Amino acid sequence: MTPSRSAFAALLAKDLRTELRTMRSLPAMVLFAVTTFIIFRYGLDRTTLSGSLAGGVLWTTLLFAGILGINRIFVSELEEGGFDAIRLAPIDRTVLFTSKASALFIYLLVLEAIVVPVFALFFLPDWSALIPLLPFLLGANLGFAVLGTLISSMAVNSRARDLLVPLLLLPLVVPLMIAVTAVSAGLFDAAGPDYEGFGTWLLVVGLYDGIFLLVGYAVFDFLLED
Amino acid sequence: MTGRGLKTLSIATVLFLMAGFALVFLWVPMDADQGFKQKIFYLHVPLAIVALLGFIAGGIEGYRHLRSGDRRHDANSYVFIHISVVFGVAVLVTGAIWAKASWGYWWVWDEPTLVSFLIVFLLYCTYYPFRYAIEDRDRQARYASVFAITAGAFVPLNFMAVRMAESVIHPRVFATSEGGLPDSMLLTFLVCFVGMGLLWITLVKTEMVGKKVSGQVSRLRRTLHDDGTGGGSVGGRIAPSVESN
Repeated sequence: MTPSRSAFAALLAKDLRTELRTMRSLPAMVLFAVTTFIIFRYGLDRTTLSGSLAGGVLWTTLLFAGILGINRIFVSELEEGGFDAIRLAPIDRTVLFTSKASALFIYLLVLEAIVVPVFALFFLPDWSALIPLLPFLLGANLGFAVLGTLISSMAVNSRARDLLVPLLLLPLVVPLMIAVTAVSAGLFDAAGPDYEGFGTWLLVVGLYDGIFLLVGYAVFDFLLED
Repeated sequence: MTGRGLKTLSIATVLFLMAGFALVFLWVPMDADQGFKQKIFYLHVPLAIVALLGFIAGGIEGYRHLRSGDRRHDANSYVFIHISVVFGVAVLVTGAIWAKASWGYWWVWDEPTLVSFLIVFLLYCTYYPFRYAIEDRDRQARYASVFAITAGAFVPLNFMAVRMAESVIHPRVFATSEGGLPDSMLLTFLVCFVGMGLLWITLVKTEMVGKKVSGQVSRLRRTLHDDGTGGGSVGGRIAPSVESN
C-alpha cells in the first residue's frame, strides 16, 4: 500500500469509527428526513405521491438531511486538532479530501438505505421505480459528497460556519437537483416507470460529479495551507 | 494598476455606449414580432454576457492567485466578481422588464437563460458573506480564490443543466442566437456589447484605483500614528487591499 492509500484508509476508518461510537451525524440526518416526510404529508396534504411531486419531496428531503451531515463533517477536525495533525503528517493533503468525501458518501448511502424505503412505505403505491433510481442515488451522493466536503472545509474555518454551508451549497447543487428530479418525475410516474431521458440525465450527473471531483481535488490543498 | 489610461477608457466607454444607443433608437429596424420593446435586448444581453465573462475571469484570476500567491490576482478576482454582481442586478432588472413587456409577467420560469442567471447570481451573492466571515487575510484570499474557481466552473455547467430541463419549446425571439440576426441588428448588438465591456473594464479599473488609494491612505495613517499610540486602519479589512509597488 502506498503511503497515501494507507493514510486514506486510516482516516476513513477513523471517521467511520468515530461516527459509530458517537453517532453524531447519522441519527440526526435520518430523524430529520423522516420528520420532513411528515411535514410534506401535511404541507402538501397528500397521502400518496407520484411524478414530479414524489421526486421533489424525496430529493429535497435528502438534500437538506445531507446538509446536516455536511455541516458537521469537519467540525471534529477543527475542535480536536485534526487539521494540524494532517498538516504535520508527511502525507499528501488531498488524502483528507478523498477520505472525508468517502465518509460523507457512506453517510449518505446509509441515510438513503433507511430513508428511501421509508419514503416508499409512506408515499409510493408502486415500488418498481426504486431499482432504476439507484444509479441516480449513487451519482447524486458522489456530487453531494464532493461539493459538501469542499464547501464544508471552506466554511468550517470561518465565523459563520453553519450559515455558510447551505448558502454556498444550495445554488451549487441546482444542476444536480435538476437532473435527478427530472429523471425521478418520470420514474415515479403514476402509470409505471417512464425511462425518458434516463441516459442523458445520468450523463449530466456523471459530468457534474467529474467536474467537481477535479475542481475539489485541484484546489483542496490550498484550503489546508497555513 | 494606476489611474493612467482611465480617462481615455472612460471616454471610449461613453462614446461606444452613446453610439450603441444611437444605433438602437435611430437606426436599427424594429423587430417584426416585438416592436419597440425588443430594443431592451441591446441592453440586457450585453450586460448578461459581460457579467458572465466577468465571473469566469474572476475564477481565472482566482486560479492565478493560488498558483502564484500574488495578492494582486486576488484583488482582481474580488473586483471582477464585485462589478459582475452589480451588472447582475441590472441583468435581472432588465430581464424582468423585458419579460413583463413580452409575456405580461415580471418573472417567467420557462426562460432558461434568465433562470440560470438567477442561480448564478445567487451563488455569487454568497461570495461577500463568505469572504467577510474569514478573518485571517491570507486565508480569506485563498478561500475566496477557491470559491471563485469553483463558481467559475459551475457557470457553464449550470447553464447547460437549466437549458436541458426546458423540455417545453418556448417561442424564443433569439432562439437562433446571433447567427439568426439580421446584419443591422448584429452590428448594433456588437457596438452595444463592446460599449458594455468597456464600461465593465472602466468600473473595474476605477475600483482598483480606489482600493489602491485607500490602501495608501491607511498605510500613511499607520505611519503617522506609529508613535506608540497604535494606529487605526482605514479601508476595510474585508475587501482585499492592493499593495503599491
